[in-house]
Amino acid sequence: MISLPLLEVDSLTVDYRTQRGNIRAVNNVSFTLEKGETLGLVGESGSGKSTLGLSIIRLVPPPGVIVNGHIKIDGTDILNLSKEEMRSIRGKKVALVFQDPMTSLNPVKKVGAHFIELIRTHEPDVGEGEALERAEKALNDVGILPERINAYPHQFSGGMRQRIMIALAIALNPDLVIADEPTTALDVIVQAKTLDLLKSLRDTYGMALILITHDLSIVLERCDKIIVMYAGSVVEYASSVELHRNPRHPYTQGLLQSIPNIELAEQKLEAIPGSPPNMLNPPKGCRFWPRCSHAEKKCRVEEPPIVESSPGHFVRCFMEAAQP
Amino acid sequence: MPKLEVKRSFLARLIPGLTSLTKRGSAGWMTIMGSVIVLSMVLMTVLGPWLSPYDPTAINVSPPPNPSPPNADFPLGTNLLGQDMLSRVLCGGSIMLQVALLSVLFCFIIGVPIGLLASYAGGIIDKVFTLVMDSFYAFPGLVLAIAIAAMMGRGVVNMALSIAVVYVPSYFRIVRSQVLTIKELPYTEAARATGARGRTILLRYILPNVVPSIAVVATVNFADAILTAAGLTFVGLGVGIDIPDWGWDLTQGRQLLPSGSWWVITFPGIMIVLLALGFTLIGEGLSELLTPRLEQ
Repeated sequence: MISLPLLEVDSLTVDYRTQRGNIRAVNNVSFTLEKGETLGLVGESGSGKSTLGLSIIRLVPPPGVIVNGHIKIDGTDILNLSKEEMRSIRGKKVALVFQDPMTSLNPVKKVGAHFIELIRTHEPDVGEGEALERAEKALNDVGILPERINAYPHQFSGGMRQRIMIALAIALNPDLVIADEPTTALDVIVQAKTLDLLKSLRDTYGMALILITHDLSIVLERCDKIIVMYAGSVVEYASSVELHRNPRHPYTQGLLQSIPNIELAEQKLEAIPGSPPNMLNPPKGCRFWPRCSHAEKKCRVEEPPIVESSPGHFVRCFMEAAQP
Repeated sequence: MPKLEVKRSFLARLIPGLTSLTKRGSAGWMTIMGSVIVLSMVLMTVLGPWLSPYDPTAINVSPPPNPSPPNADFPLGTNLLGQDMLSRVLCGGSIMLQVALLSVLFCFIIGVPIGLLASYAGGIIDKVFTLVMDSFYAFPGLVLAIAIAAMMGRGVVNMALSIAVVYVPSYFRIVRSQVLTIKELPYTEAARATGARGRTILLRYILPNVVPSIAVVATVNFADAILTAAGLTFVGLGVGIDIPDWGWDLTQGRQLLPSGSWWVITFPGIMIVLLALGFTLIGEGLSELLTPRLEQ
């Protein structure tokens, strides 16, 4: 029997149907994720990376609609599941860690109560005592003293709250954790610690991890695979080693050049000129052409196809497509 | 091994809360002052029957001529029927407090669930309820209450209901605005992401976070209900003359005022104002305390 990938996203398209028009937030995205793999999802604000993350548990906020594609978890297409079946996946099989730890915990509930509710939602037979024991174990895993289970969210710092969120995410031993900019709201030192924590938990529990971020530098060293998104489309998809060594898309190259490198003291930091497009009225052809130094006539009229430039390395650019 | 603490007793919760109130500046003191006023009024009304020197409804306890001004036997004077005003002031809050309490209860039972469900459901349900509730605002509150009370007849419950009809829209509005905010906050989204049911999100995530705002509306509602109850009694929709009531004394006193008998209207009037003031102070204090403000 061929083992199924944990997550299979196939030509997923998500639209936001706003009053001012249709916004295609995720455009024909496909990728697979094996058990225990780590995927970095990189893009600017508005590139569709968070929408993609949320659509994996079918929580795209209205007016967002999944208009096309399949999302298969362990071979089951979740887009066909009932609300009730979907509920049993959220938190249990796929857990989400949100961006803003300051507001992601219910301010009127103790930390322990968050765990009790989560565990009992999915395992109604578990008693309060057992749920709390598991909560203590999870808190211990993320480096929060189990005694603090009786504290309220406001009694913790931002970094601690994010670790509590992570503890909640791993409490039911999910197969996949999606962390949506888990460290954006934290300072740099706490950021690194939190990311390393996620990585070590992944190693301990063997869950797959999707790390959504706008910062390519933090996923390069921590992820197996990286997807670079621009204006809703995947522009490059490769293993992180390959992407670092051999970036093919001008956008990825620009991102990599904008990462400071302490070994090259003389290097001038490059910035990508321009700003992301207005998604209500995206540019025709390749969406990156207005900012691309290699843009040609063709780029302005025709959207480049995504091609496999080398095994496992996908690029959406005419420069790759043109090569034999 | 640490366990979730057993719920502390009500008093133990109350007392640390009380000390922290004194540290919250004028808003804290406003709340304390208001509570002291309200509690002493309630206590006075409850103990009234035992404290009053005369039966507050017995007529001609003072020999004619009546009304007689305050004197040694009748410290607050007597009214036209020769009833002792001190006894009437001590016992007269009962109807008003009952009406206010019941109307707040009715508002709570009707306004909060409707507000929660309509705004959580959103869409057409929300629009319809908002329209209905807003249409209540088109009427002046007291006039609407009088109309409804006149239709339903006398009685504490009927008075409370007619006041509740006027105030349910305020509850609906405040609950709705809060739900619309909280519904979009990350922690409700996080709850959804962990597979929580809609019911759980509504009752465990949204409702507890709406409660502070409801508490503020409720206290303001209390103050308004007292004044409206006085108003209803004043226009003759009160309970009955056989029950001592400040509102009824106002009606009587208004007729006597031109002839110089100020004491019949003044003392019950002061009580009504004090009671309303007490609730207003609590309401204003709470809304200051519970609303996070930007530091200057």
